[in-house]
Amino acid sequence: MNCILAVKTIRINMKKNDVPQDEGSLEKDNHKELCYAVNDKGEYTTIQSTGWKPKTIALDNALQEINERINKAKVKVLNGETSPIEYYMECHRMDISILASYVGKFQWQVKSHFKLKKFNSLSKKTLERYANVFEISIEQLKDINHEN
Amino acid sequence: MKINFTHHQTAHCENGVVSNLMKHNGFDVSEPMVFGIGSGLLFCYIPFLKVNHAPAITYRVMPGQIFKRFAKRVGIKIKKEKFNKPQQAKNRLDQNLEKNNPVGLQVGVYNLVYFPDEYRFHFNAHNLIVYGKQNDDYLISDPVMETVTTLSTKELEKVRFAKGAFAPNGHMYYPIDFPKELEIKTAIVKGIKNTCRDMLAPVPIVGVKGIRYTAKLIRKWPTKKGIKVANHYLGQIVRMQEEIGTGGGGFRYIYAAFLQESSKALENNTLSELSKEMTEIGDLWRDFALEASRIYKNRSAKKDAYNNVASQLETIANKEEVFFKKLRKAI
Repeated sequence: MNCILAVKTIRINMKKNDVPQDEGSLEKDNHKELCYAVNDKGEYTTIQSTGWKPKTIALDNALQEINERINKAKVKVLNGETSPIEYYMECHRMDISILASYVGKFQWQVKSHFKLKKFNSLSKKTLERYANVFEISIEQLKDINHEN
Repeated sequence: MKINFTHHQTAHCENGVVSNLMKHNGFDVSEPMVFGIGSGLLFCYIPFLKVNHAPAITYRVMPGQIFKRFAKRVGIKIKKEKFNKPQQAKNRLDQNLEKNNPVGLQVGVYNLVYFPDEYRFHFNAHNLIVYGKQNDDYLISDPVMETVTTLSTKELEKVRFAKGAFAPNGHMYYPIDFPKELEIKTAIVKGIKNTCRDMLAPVPIVGVKGIRYTAKLIRKWPTKKGIKVANHYLGQIVRMQEEIGTGGGGFRYIYAAFLQESSKALENNTLSELSKEMTEIGDLWRDFALEASRIYKNRSAKKDAYNNVASQLETIANKEEVFFKKLRKAI
């Protein structure tokens, strides 16, 4: 009985001292976020936290996922399977719907611009729109290996 | 020009903007109070929408709702403006600053240069306060940051006109009219009732039912989507729950703080007891995040593990169902 009670008291309340201070992705930027926790008197108070492992891992995984998508897109561009637009879209952590709203096109239009044949026949104006969104020159948009 | 404005760090941006604007206007309203009265707490699985290539799950109401409800319930008036043209948006902002009026802005996170790079995703429901302008730089009080910061005119325009879901369109808002005294007590009751209604809603993807629905999906993910995608999805849930802004446990701790403060304001002891119970539920959400992180850390989990976290979610759903029924009766 005592044992069960003891376990329970540990679980009850996120105590002030229990607020995790794990090395988080925020820490290196010296940013601390605010958390809510209970003090010794059982009153709620706020305390800064540097991070918590479960979400640091989740964030790291998400970033890794993004990098994988970027690399995949890069290989596809180099193999001539897709246009550089898809690569830059991934670099900017966008998906087709977000990119479409940035360039003011329909999603099916953006998708069609992934096709090399279509991409090569795009007007300068359209190319400029994409270049502006990605903050690059048209030369860079046409060639992902283009140096500044 | 610089308005005499005091920056307070908060857990969540929208609560923070409202709380800080209220404090600036002489009303001491805490973040949990804003969140509770504005009925910010929710659980919703949003179908058809993908965020970062994973299903969208939210632990809070739609952006803007908290302030809207809070204002209506305590009796203040707010002015909201959206703009088609960036120039218009800038002019209106400048006019307000000249009148010594700090304003709240809805912005996109992706181009917020002072955010750590890891947190820059296309999320358009972030909020901050502008409290002045010096040369080309706007003075920014972002409630989730420890201190104030600045954004150049160009940088601010970019985040105000971010595109995609919930595009802010320069959205600007500020209180314009205050009563002599805020109607805090009735507001608390209205806020709590609204949250109980939301959490117990007879809609399969909302509230307690939404949590159960999500648990069911988690069970299916590994076979239907494969381990890799399932892990990505699971990670996304944890991020929505714990990322900057929720104050931990998917807003449950902030809500518990609100109940504690309300129990004093309404002299209602039951609320204080329920606050403790909400904290326990918050701890369960944390446990769920911890278990889930063990799955996506290894990247090669057994199917059993998914069933376990799904069961954890179902336990939480059951507890929250009981909890909100009690809460409904307590006021």
